[in-house]
Amino acid sequence: MIKLQHVAMSYGGKELLSDMSLSLAPGSFHFLTGPSGAGKTTFLKLCYAELLPSTGQLTLFGKDALGMTRDDIAGIRQRIGVVHQDCQFLEHLSVEENVALPMTVSRRPVNAGELHELLGWVGLKHRREALPAQLSGGERQRAALARAIIMSPDVILADEPTGNLDWEMSLRLLSLLTELNRMGKTVVIATHDLNLIRQAKAQVSARVLRIANRRLQHAGADL
Amino acid sequence: MRAPLSLLKSERPGADRVVPPTGFTARLTLLTAAAMAFLAVFALALSLATGRLADRWADSLARSATIRISAPPDQMEAQVAAVLAVLKTTPGVASDRVLGNDEMKDLLKPWFGPDLPVDALPLPKLIAVTETNTGIDSEGLRLRLQAEAPGAVFDDHTRWRRPLVAAAERLRLLGLMSLVLIFGAMAGMITLAAQAALAANGQVIATLRLVGARDTFIARAFVRRFTLRGLAGAGLGVLLGMAAMAALPSANEAGGFLTGLGFSGWGWFWPLIIPPVAAIVAYGATRFAAARMLRRIR
Ligand SMILES: Nc1ncnc2c1ncn2[C@@H]1O[C@H](COP(=O)(O)OP(=O)(O)O)[C@@H](O)[C@H]1O
Ligand SMILES: [Mg+2]
Repeated sequence: MIKLQHVAMSYGGKELLSDMSLSLAPGSFHFLTGPSGAGKTTFLKLCYAELLPSTGQLTLFGKDALGMTRDDIAGIRQRIGVVHQDCQFLEHLSVEENVALPMTVSRRPVNAGELHELLGWVGLKHRREALPAQLSGGERQRAALARAIIMSPDVILADEPTGNLDWEMSLRLLSLLTELNRMGKTVVIATHDLNLIRQAKAQVSARVLRIANRRLQHAGADL
Repeated sequence: MRAPLSLLKSERPGADRVVPPTGFTARLTLLTAAAMAFLAVFALALSLATGRLADRWADSLARSATIRISAPPDQMEAQVAAVLAVLKTTPGVASDRVLGNDEMKDLLKPWFGPDLPVDALPLPKLIAVTETNTGIDSEGLRLRLQAEAPGAVFDDHTRWRRPLVAAAERLRLLGLMSLVLIFGAMAGMITLAAQAALAANGQVIATLRLVGARDTFIARAFVRRFTLRGLAGAGLGVLLGMAAMAALPSANEAGGFLTGLGFSGWGWFWPLIIPPVAAIVAYGATRFAAARMLRRIR
């Protein structure tokens, strides 16, 4: 679904990621870890074509990312659910409307019953008419997750989804993601929270990828 | 034309709401369109009226001519008779008529007052000639008059008709140019307003792209807004402009050019094309601004 072959990425001449090769199999569960500033967010941005590799080949759903039109990119993003590190809501719309936004922009009808069910699943039913600014950090993360999965995407990319959450809420979010994985979704979670990774390994067969010294390492049982 | 029209169809409520209200720029667009449409009504009226005027002058003056005969009193009768004889055999003459003393008096009254002793003055004789549609061969007639009646001068009014018609046509051109400039200025101002709205919503547009919105979806949300504002504003401006035109003193003979500036008959329908044109201009301007803005966001 997402395939990198010798991909490098640099910002203004300074190389941040070097020679990365990876193929994300359908239904797999990956953690992406590494110190802050290692390039986890950058890696995920490559995966939803927010950025293009400086060198190497990036293939998204069988299509070369370099040859994609703007509409191709929009189409890719309708098939990949992203929980962004900073969430990025439309502040003038209610939580409910924000969660439904991917449906709205791809002109699909929103089933009110399914929307309520989804909001209930992430525990935001009672907050559905609130504005994003009125949400707590944990509520924002859960709203972002709901928005990422409303289109029933094949791939879910979550960038530090538990960054603002206490441990209990982190576990709750993790169980939502593992449940999605059991339903067959491919999941990638960027995090530097090793406790979270240990916890997840008890629930699903998760692989850990580590970015260190600009390289992608397939980490073993050293956690 | 199809694309702007499809914008008028109402969209599912959510699609328009994804872009927050663009209060100030939207009002600016409404105001600009109204002001420009108001001006466009007058520019249109000017070009229509001057067009009518040019036609009228060209037409009525082209068909009338004068022959002036200056001769010593004892030769006058003979020369007048000779001229009339020449006119009888000239192709293109519809009618001719020697102006009588009373008519001469009327013509001269504005200059010399009512008590002019016309009979005592050595005035030239005037013959008014009306041409048929085919017209008179002026040069041929002049040559024949020279031979038959040396005191006769043929004047087909081209000398002073031409500059008048040219002036009227120039005015019409200016009116049309004003229309082009007005719509150009409207396009410019709406582009700026749309650009301001788009720039103010850069974060919104980035978020929309992130959740998979196509460019057409995003552009449409803005284009629809500005097109409808342009249409509404221009409609308002045209209504005001037409009301102002209707309030002008009504056209009559004495008023001549100035009161002839209004619309007449079917002419009243012409301003109605201004709002659709304004809507198309707004559509194009916003599309242009949106395309430029979107290129900068992946
Ligand atoms: N748009 C950008 N332009 C230049 N440098 C950037 C840009 N985005 C990120 N960086 C730099 O790249 C490095 C990695 O950033 P990021 O991918 O966000 O790391 P992580 O998510 O692992 O903390 C940081 O040093 C950051 O300053
Ligand atoms: Mg990051």
